[in-house]
Amino acid sequence: MDLSHAPSLPILSVRDLVKTYGTRLGCGPISFDLYPGEVLGIVGESGSGKSTLLSCLAGHLAPDQGRVLWQGGDVLTLAEAARRRLLRSDWAYVHQNPRDGLRMGVSAGGNVGERLMGAGARHYGEIREKAEDWLGRVEIDPGRIDDKPRAFSGGMQQRLQIARNLVTGPKLVFMDEPTGGLDVSVQARLLDLLRGLVRQMGLSVIIVTHDLAVVRLLAHRLMVMKGGHVVEQGLTDQVLDDPQHAYTQLLVSSVLQV
Amino acid sequence: MTSAMTLAETSFNFAYLDEDTKRMIRRAILKAVAVPGYQVPFASREMPMPYGWGTGGVQVTAACLMPEDVLKVIDQGADDTTNAVSIRKFFQRTSGVAVTERTAEASVIQTRHRIPEAALTEDQILVYQVPIPEPLRFLEPRETETRKMHELEEYGLMHVKLYEDIARHGTIATAYAYPVKVEGRYVMDPSPIPKFDNPKLSGNAALQLFGAGREARIYAVPPHTQVVSLDFDDHPFVASKADHACDICGSATSYLDEVITDDKGGRMFVCSDTDYCRGGQ
Ligand SMILES: Nc1ncnc2c1ncn2[C@@H]1O[C@H](COP(=O)(O)OP(=O)(O)O)[C@@H](O)[C@H]1O
Ligand SMILES: [Mg+2]
Repeated sequence: MDLSHAPSLPILSVRDLVKTYGTRLGCGPISFDLYPGEVLGIVGESGSGKSTLLSCLAGHLAPDQGRVLWQGGDVLTLAEAARRRLLRSDWAYVHQNPRDGLRMGVSAGGNVGERLMGAGARHYGEIREKAEDWLGRVEIDPGRIDDKPRAFSGGMQQRLQIARNLVTGPKLVFMDEPTGGLDVSVQARLLDLLRGLVRQMGLSVIIVTHDLAVVRLLAHRLMVMKGGHVVEQGLTDQVLDDPQHAYTQLLVSSVLQV
Repeated sequence: MTSAMTLAETSFNFAYLDEDTKRMIRRAILKAVAVPGYQVPFASREMPMPYGWGTGGVQVTAACLMPEDVLKVIDQGADDTTNAVSIRKFFQRTSGVAVTERTAEASVIQTRHRIPEAALTEDQILVYQVPIPEPLRFLEPRETETRKMHELEEYGLMHVKLYEDIARHGTIATAYAYPVKVEGRYVMDPSPIPKFDNPKLSGNAALQLFGAGREARIYAVPPHTQVVSLDFDDHPFVASKADHACDICGSATSYLDEVITDDKGGRMFVCSDTDYCRGGQ
């Protein structure tokens, strides 16, 4: 994406976000802007605060302080009903483990249709049609629409979770290690698919990963975290090809050895 | 119910429960009436019968009964099943109220699995025995989450259940405990009545009270409350019954049980509401 054509107003602005667990720092203070159609990668070793940050942004965790500005308002001050509605409509969240993001006892079609029904869809035929269409878009045979997710492979489950999240056309998608538990070849296919969907739908994405290959492929911009803090940020290629911070240099060099 | 019979010799408070307990249950009932379809927690008591026998309904009935009441108890529409007979006897012994099998004569009707065919009046209370009060439980096992869904009116999941039904069976196969929305607000499990009875929930003149003993919940549909069965635009709710007339009374409109009459495949259809069958048509 050519960011010089991006509209100048951020879709999401984060200011001075801090989350502690008792005396231990989870993350923060963190501030950044995300622009429409932009994919922001958050990288860092295990325990660096990536998941804490993402959970605070997505409303799964209450931060100690800070603001998360969306369409002019602070999401953190929204009433719970409105916040949950946002999470089901304009926002979406893809969990690392598809079991956390899917209803394992419900068919693939029911999983994809849930957000539609939650938004008021009441025409079975249309819900099913949309579900079939979305299964196709994430490369699952629509003929398996009535199968339960447990009959699917890990990669298929993750693609199903993505379809379930994107079916209502969200604007902002959070992803926590979406390729985490998958084989390398399966990861590559999923990344290709994600990249295509992000482009087609013009999604804004915040993606957390410890895998630099993932962000190299997907992210326009990177934030490197260590010990709860952002130690470096910038355009992905710049950060990866010319890392300034010693920690980033270490991260990059260790991936090159792989 | 032998335990109730041995207890019969001893002396009871009217309708078995002590007055404090009845007051506590009445408060829960009043709250339930004030918020139609909302499940009110209450301190469910041990009753001298197993949970499967409708201890929730029994506690609600006990809290409602007055000495001048006339009680009818039905199970699957019949007054003479073991469950109905035992509960009726229990209240006869513990309260001395008059009992009846006639729907029209009863002021309190405790029921399992049916709504009487005859139209009820504003002078009647219908008490349902409820095994599982939470309609969302099937897809969401976490109680904290289902409460939140009710609070925030997040009912998409209820339609997921109906979606799954159609996906699997080609039609909404749910035949009992068919989910409803009460007065445009709370989604409610009407207890395992056949969906044929669902239309009678709506606009009913009687006060309808639902008691779940094991799960300790009471909820209510006050008189003349709107109750709508959930469905899809292209799969509308249908209050179906066996396509037959009653082989005893000839009624073409009452809900029928299929009865096997011999071991050669003989069968007949008869009204499930035995009082209606006797007096009907
Ligand atoms: N629920 C929790 N309770 C206490 N400490 C936690 C909790 N979750 C995370 N932490 C701590 O916060 C820090 C950041 O963790 P986390 O956000 O999970 O990092 P990452 O996702 O980058 O691996 C770590 O020191 C971790 O031990
Ligand atoms: Mg993590």
